[in-house]
Amino acid sequence: MPLAASDTIAILADNLRLRKSVLPIPAANAIRWTEGLHLPRGGDTVLYTGQMYQLIPYIEQLVAAEERLGDSFLAGFTGFGRQVNRVLNLAGFMAHPSSAERSVYDRIPHNVALLLRRAGVDFGSLFEDDLYSGALIYDLGVDEVLAAHARTVYAVFQKYEVKEVITIDPHTTNMLRSVYPTLIPGYDLRVRSYLEVLAERGFGPTRRLAGEVAIHDSCVFARYEGVVDAPRQLLDKAGLTVREPAHSGTMTWCCGGPAESLFPKRAAEQAARRVGELRAVAGRAVTMCPLCFVNLEKAAEDVIAIEDISDYLLRACEGPEGESDGQL
Amino acid sequence: MSATLQPDLAERVGMDPSFNPSACMNCGICTAVCPLGLRHLPREVFAYVVLGMEGEVLQHQEEVFSCLLCKLCEVSCPAGVHITENVRALRHYFDRNVFHIEGR
Repeated sequence: MPLAASDTIAILADNLRLRKSVLPIPAANAIRWTEGLHLPRGGDTVLYTGQMYQLIPYIEQLVAAEERLGDSFLAGFTGFGRQVNRVLNLAGFMAHPSSAERSVYDRIPHNVALLLRRAGVDFGSLFEDDLYSGALIYDLGVDEVLAAHARTVYAVFQKYEVKEVITIDPHTTNMLRSVYPTLIPGYDLRVRSYLEVLAERGFGPTRRLAGEVAIHDSCVFARYEGVVDAPRQLLDKAGLTVREPAHSGTMTWCCGGPAESLFPKRAAEQAARRVGELRAVAGRAVTMCPLCFVNLEKAAEDVIAIEDISDYLLRACEGPEGESDGQL
Repeated sequence: MSATLQPDLAERVGMDPSFNPSACMNCGICTAVCPLGLRHLPREVFAYVVLGMEGEVLQHQEEVFSCLLCKLCEVSCPAGVHITENVRALRHYFDRNVFHIEGR
């Protein structure tokens, strides 16, 4: 039996209100992806992670803990946990992913920074001021907490005099581009995903990878933000043959991820169904969202290899120019 | 089935003018395309909201919070129902009136 939804939602909302993230993580771990990049702080244009990829290994540990708690007598005390969490960051005690677990998710924003550089884009980072967007709290309907947090995030952009934001994941893109403008009078940031930026610039990798990949469109990118063509253009330029599963593009099928915080079993069942669709068209699949990546990868087992689109694009920029040796 | 009707329920759930559960014509396309196979959300629960049957709405808490907000139903809806925003409004109603989650 899952924990009470009310307690889970309350703890997540309290965390955003008190600690600026649904799941506060150490600042050093949130900015580890910037290591070696020598990015300037702030600037007209910033690459903004919203901590989405960095949060995933912590969320996974909490979901596992929730599943364990849900079957134990401790589940009856979660209301007490909500009270304690207002004073102590409970997530800080419960989630300690290893450096290896974190590195998978640090790699993706690092990849994106390298790709943007190769495309000639000048950008900075907000480092520890790169805050979570509040996407989960928006989805859960805690609108007053979300509105207050959106104002906090926007004030940070104003402090650094940012004019353009390049996002990585679909949820942060949707929040900053479509939701915040409805909450903040005078909101004036230009927001685009890095996939759109690369496609607009005609970004072309230096060599062509050979092979087929099944494309898993993010629901939020495809149906909320209209990001459908850009990933296909980029994969095509990288030399890959994009295979469309039964549900794709604007009719894509969800990975199940949005249900994971409250109903992990339902999330896993949907992920398994989606993996079946992807496997039917190719032995490899490409994602463009951290929630899709983690949910599908858990369901994939050994039947299909799941990778983020930035991994493919960066691989197509490395090594000698021309055709690859067939290795994806 | 007996129920206490609250004629102002739809107004209390959907404080945003875009809230439009009454636009649903009950065709069932949303149910047909739902990846989770939800049976009562959106059509039946939206009808309870329109009819002011709060008790019936509250019984469907799990479906309201299970919805993926993936929008596949909404882009398929021939009646232009703002399904995902309506579901978010229902969640907001639960948060405030059932879970008593503080706004500030």
